[in-house]
Amino acid sequence: MSVTRDDVKYMANLARLRLTESEIDMYQKDMNKILEYMEQLNQVNTDDVEPLEHVLELPARYRPDTAEPPLQHEDALKNAPDADSDYFRVPRVID
Amino acid sequence: MLEAPSPADVPAAEFETVIGLEVHAQLLTASKAFAPVSNRFGNQPNTQVTPLCLGHPGTLPLLNENLVNYIVKMGLATHCQIAPRSIFARKNYFYPDMPKGYQISQFDKPICHDGHIDIELEDGSTKRIRIKRIHMEEDAGKSIHDQDPQNTLIDLNRSGTPLIEIVTEPDISSPAEAYAYLVRIKQIVQYLGICDGNMEEGSLRCDANISIRPVGETRLGTRTELKNMNSFRNVERALIYEIERQRNLVRAGGAVIQQTLLWDANKMETRQMRSKEEAHDYRYFPEPDIPPVIVTPEMLQELQASLPELPEDRKKRFVVAMELPLSDAEMLTDTREMADYFEAVCQAGANAKLAANLIITEVRRVLNEEGVSIGRFPVDPARLAGLLSLRQADTISSSAMQTIFNRMLEDAGDAASIARSLNLVQVSDTSFLEPLVDQILASNPDKVNAYRNGKTGLMGFFVGQIMQQSKGKANPKLVSELITKKINEQG
Repeated sequence: MSVTRDDVKYMANLARLRLTESEIDMYQKDMNKILEYMEQLNQVNTDDVEPLEHVLELPARYRPDTAEPPLQHEDALKNAPDADSDYFRVPRVID
Repeated sequence: MLEAPSPADVPAAEFETVIGLEVHAQLLTASKAFAPVSNRFGNQPNTQVTPLCLGHPGTLPLLNENLVNYIVKMGLATHCQIAPRSIFARKNYFYPDMPKGYQISQFDKPICHDGHIDIELEDGSTKRIRIKRIHMEEDAGKSIHDQDPQNTLIDLNRSGTPLIEIVTEPDISSPAEAYAYLVRIKQIVQYLGICDGNMEEGSLRCDANISIRPVGETRLGTRTELKNMNSFRNVERALIYEIERQRNLVRAGGAVIQQTLLWDANKMETRQMRSKEEAHDYRYFPEPDIPPVIVTPEMLQELQASLPELPEDRKKRFVVAMELPLSDAEMLTDTREMADYFEAVCQAGANAKLAANLIITEVRRVLNEEGVSIGRFPVDPARLAGLLSLRQADTISSSAMQTIFNRMLEDAGDAASIARSLNLVQVSDTSFLEPLVDQILASNPDKVNAYRNGKTGLMGFFVGQIMQQSKGKANPKLVSELITKKINEQG
């Protein structure tokens, strides 16, 4: 299995990245290297190995279900590229 | 992916429908799934948010213990296996109402799996619907497209609200079954107190996967996914519409294509979602910011012990211990509040059957007319029990009970004082009733004879006369006993 230029473009699109032609070439090469390495790992027998989702097998800490004061409304909107007095404003999403 | 069977010549009756449902329930926790900020919000947009809800860099999720507690309760109530260790995953996609670019959800290791609930079918039989999984996730914010012609407005109050998603196996065979399933889910979440179950307001949301296949075929046909059905009735209507559409398509020689359809409740039809809206490749991977969720045996035991009596069990108890008809028990256990009300009335001394009758007929009529729930019914259980015990002791007639009941809706007094003030206390005093009986019998000798000769239906006439004479206050049971006694004595 190897990564094609179209695969790179597809992934770039999913990640909302605009790539130049030379960047596409570069990522294609990098990704194929990664896959080659994975192929190497595939030779190891992992039948009895549980998937490792987290490096540290610590249980998730539970937070008590209580509410603290929210962010001030003005502060919440302060860093927005665009907002009105109530809402974040973004370019129209549907036509 | 299996190919759809292409049985163009199969008559409609020989198709069967296969439906699977995905229900999202918004949890009634005090705070959000991963941020210590209120989960209840009013109209003021972007006021119940933290940097985490806004997707700011450097923020980290902290798991709300009640998200875990509530979903485990739901899992236990639906006979699921509870995973001692489950994993959160990131579901990646871009949409402005989800600013961090991924939704925290669960993917291949959900916390609850392999359960079931039983639904009752119209013919009275029971059908088991298997639950494939129930997992935890967070909600996105809200996008508003219709207020500003150039822009989409974003409110992130809902961002990070805790949800559970309940996914069935494709065990549902008709729109009516889907409806019954949803009603049951709503009932269970309400009994557990983990979700208000209001589909119109979006606290319960339902998507359906639907396909048809010739009867006898074991492979599944190509399915479509239905979204945007915002009431129980709309789910049923949308499914009916979509089954018909698929049948017509296949009968006309076409094939169902896999797509997502939106239900339009105004036009009563489905429309295809734009391909842009549909394109998804979520690239799930384990959420690195939340370690595995561990449910210990102690937690499980504690949660099991905290479960309330569930509707199925309560219904059975009402039938067995209180000797109510199944249909009455069904209506009384419809909501937990109604069942609690009924039991409180019984505990205050009312006879269960009398109480059930009055609640099912009169109380529910008032609730329907006023459009309120039992929690806002003006007659509390103790007052209703007071009314019922007057009737049980024959102190008031059944029509007087009706009158007093109606008065109690506006009058905070107890039933006995209302009965006295309306002069509705039945007369059971024989020294008052006997002369009346004598008088009626004496003035109707021909009817008395006819009665003796077998026209026993005349009892109604005698009692009616005495009720009239006593202005409705005579105890009719006692009156008919007196009449029988007198006629027998005279004969």
